[in-house]
Amino acid sequence: MELEFTAEEKAFRKEVRSFIQENLPAETRERVKEGRGTSREMMVEWMKILAAKGWSAPRWPAEYGGPGWTPIQQYIFLEELQFNHAPEPQGFNISMVGPVIYTFGNEEQKKHFLPKLLDCEYWFCQGFSEPGAGSDLASLKTKAVRDGDDYIINGQKTWTTYAQHANWMFALVRTDPDAPKKQMGISYIVFPMDLPGITVRPIQTIDGGVEVNEVFFDDVRVPVSNLIGEENKGWDYAKFLLGNERIGIARVGASKAKIQRIKELAASMPVGEGSLMDDPRFRQKVLETEVKLKALEMTQLRVLSDIAVRGGKKPHPASSVLKLVGSEIQQTCTHLLMDVVGPYAIPKSTGGEGSNEPSVGPEWADAIAPGYFNYRKVTIYGGSSEVQRGIIAKAILGL
Amino acid sequence: MDFELSEEQQLLKDMVARFMADRYDFETRGKYMKEPLGFDPAIWEAYAEQGLLALPFAEEDGGIGGGGVEVMIVMEEMGRALCLEPWMATAVIGASILRNGATDAQRQALAEEIIGGACKLAFAHSETAARYDLAHVGTKAEKAGDGWTISGAKTLVMWGGAADKLIVSARVSGGVRDEDGVALFLVDPKAEGVSLQVYDTQDGLKAAEVTLDGAAGELLGDAPGTGMAVIRQAADEAIAALCAEAVGAMEKALNLTVDYIKQREQFGRAIGSFQGLQFQASDMFVELELAKSMAMYASMCARDPDPVERSRACSAAKAQVGRSLKALGERSIQLHGGVGMTMEYSIGHYFKRLSIIDRMFGDVDFHLQKLDEVGGLAA
Repeated sequence: MELEFTAEEKAFRKEVRSFIQENLPAETRERVKEGRGTSREMMVEWMKILAAKGWSAPRWPAEYGGPGWTPIQQYIFLEELQFNHAPEPQGFNISMVGPVIYTFGNEEQKKHFLPKLLDCEYWFCQGFSEPGAGSDLASLKTKAVRDGDDYIINGQKTWTTYAQHANWMFALVRTDPDAPKKQMGISYIVFPMDLPGITVRPIQTIDGGVEVNEVFFDDVRVPVSNLIGEENKGWDYAKFLLGNERIGIARVGASKAKIQRIKELAASMPVGEGSLMDDPRFRQKVLETEVKLKALEMTQLRVLSDIAVRGGKKPHPASSVLKLVGSEIQQTCTHLLMDVVGPYAIPKSTGGEGSNEPSVGPEWADAIAPGYFNYRKVTIYGGSSEVQRGIIAKAILGL
Repeated sequence: MDFELSEEQQLLKDMVARFMADRYDFETRGKYMKEPLGFDPAIWEAYAEQGLLALPFAEEDGGIGGGGVEVMIVMEEMGRALCLEPWMATAVIGASILRNGATDAQRQALAEEIIGGACKLAFAHSETAARYDLAHVGTKAEKAGDGWTISGAKTLVMWGGAADKLIVSARVSGGVRDEDGVALFLVDPKAEGVSLQVYDTQDGLKAAEVTLDGAAGELLGDAPGTGMAVIRQAADEAIAALCAEAVGAMEKALNLTVDYIKQREQFGRAIGSFQGLQFQASDMFVELELAKSMAMYASMCARDPDPVERSRACSAAKAQVGRSLKALGERSIQLHGGVGMTMEYSIGHYFKRLSIIDRMFGDVDFHLQKLDEVGGLAA
């Protein structure tokens, strides 16, 4: 056993860090650091910078335009992005639809889509969840009915992240309503968002922002050639993705950056004669989070080591902890930021961009409460904490 | 970065696990506990035969040269079996002190005895008002001719009654909590001026209060007054070992609990089919994995030459393991229901050992405080 990374891996980390420091646009960095979210333009600009370097798809094999990195390099890259306030590669393109296309798509599809995913010429969104199909995704109802060389799609998707930015969607649709099991009649299909019959309706979330949308399909015609893989095998492809996400899902680098920011901001918040960092009770809360984060980091490294040594064909049991604990720690960081900002969590944005009014309280303060509200999502999306606990109980403990 | 066991380490793990499976089932353990020493001397001899007592010593001292990871492997299995013998006191704490705070001649002589099974050690360090402060040493050592005499009182000396030699910390200069001025001595527990009050501990082990009244001691090493660095190193190794022991005990406690709720039926079905219990079992698994990760971390850092980094890692590990063992241990009793409350059933014994591990070498609050003093965990 060995905790240290090799000299080559350390050099790689340095290379990544310098690249980010030299190439990440300052405004994007600030937006990520302050948790304000990035615009479509910022994201595409950053993806083009990464793509030009060949780094926009850290997990992809070299033959499809990825850098061909080892799992450890992938981890280091993602950790450095997170720690240095850089956006991660556009996840729907790079982590979700890309691997499905290069694993299950035909040659033509690979040739057409993969390059456009890498530099975000196509911005994909994910059409999975529906009003009646959340944690129980397989009960989805949006249907695609064959009509000559087309499918005709009718139904509704929801919680569609950045549908307003997207020009393409990958979706799970029901192609066989009579299949013996609900998982068996589902297909995986891609199509442009500007097809007639598609309507996007934004959903404002409790933080006041719009990240998610409802998407309605009203007799939308999609050519059969847009099907990825085989008809009625879509559930398998979606499941393949779930197992694909074990590197970086704990978001250790992002939480490390948050802790650092929490300490910096706390030191700037006056309390009595000193600052909030002089309060031992506050420091204790930060420390408890740091300790748990260290335990999470070590767990992530165990899983990574298993992938590096054994190829990770069978998921390491500890990998089921990563999302569960990682999301809890991300939320704890937002609690701590609320403690830091104190009463200045109260005002909604007054100053800032496009406003002539001075901000009330510290300039960074107005993003804190929305960040706290917004991060309730992390224990809900991508398999809620309850779903994760259910998986542990059934798949690992055999209950 | 590599968290996999080497082939030799896997063999060691298999060997110890097999030994425990053969010799240390829960009922037999109950018999060992009734022995006068609180454990079966035949098991100690078997440890010697299996090389477990040679494990921590360097090859030139007749040992095997095992490091932190090897200690972790053994302690984890011992935790799983709830072992009763002073392996940690002798082969972890004792061996660490001999490695770092003894002369070559002292180390070689004692290593030979220990490896052969003829010498068990106990670390007589803690004092009544010390709580978890390692530097709190009020016991005094004075020069007397060629040797030293020691006077003072030591408390909570784990396995003190079984020890063939005590390692005693005493002050040669300075005030009661000074970092400088502490020395370590070998004391024969049967020597004149040494008295022991042996008692049972809550988790079924034995400890002793040791009173020293002008007892003769052999100075360990040749630089009296520099003992604290040696003590701190040994304490960090002990912490790493305890974390591993806790992981073994936690894993066993989780397995026992899951097996129990799979077979226990109420309302016409196994209680493990209820989601309320399943979620609790899942949370126990999460605690186990976090603790396991930190035990590995501590075992890899326990001999870090940088004392600040070393103790930072060990404090973080002890704090996390302390939190995890409590969360897991308490739930393991809860999910067992009434039988979890009985002495007859093993789960309560695991819970008790885990609860006591939390009290050894600093609890959660103590280690968070220590981390606070060094500015937290570095990114």
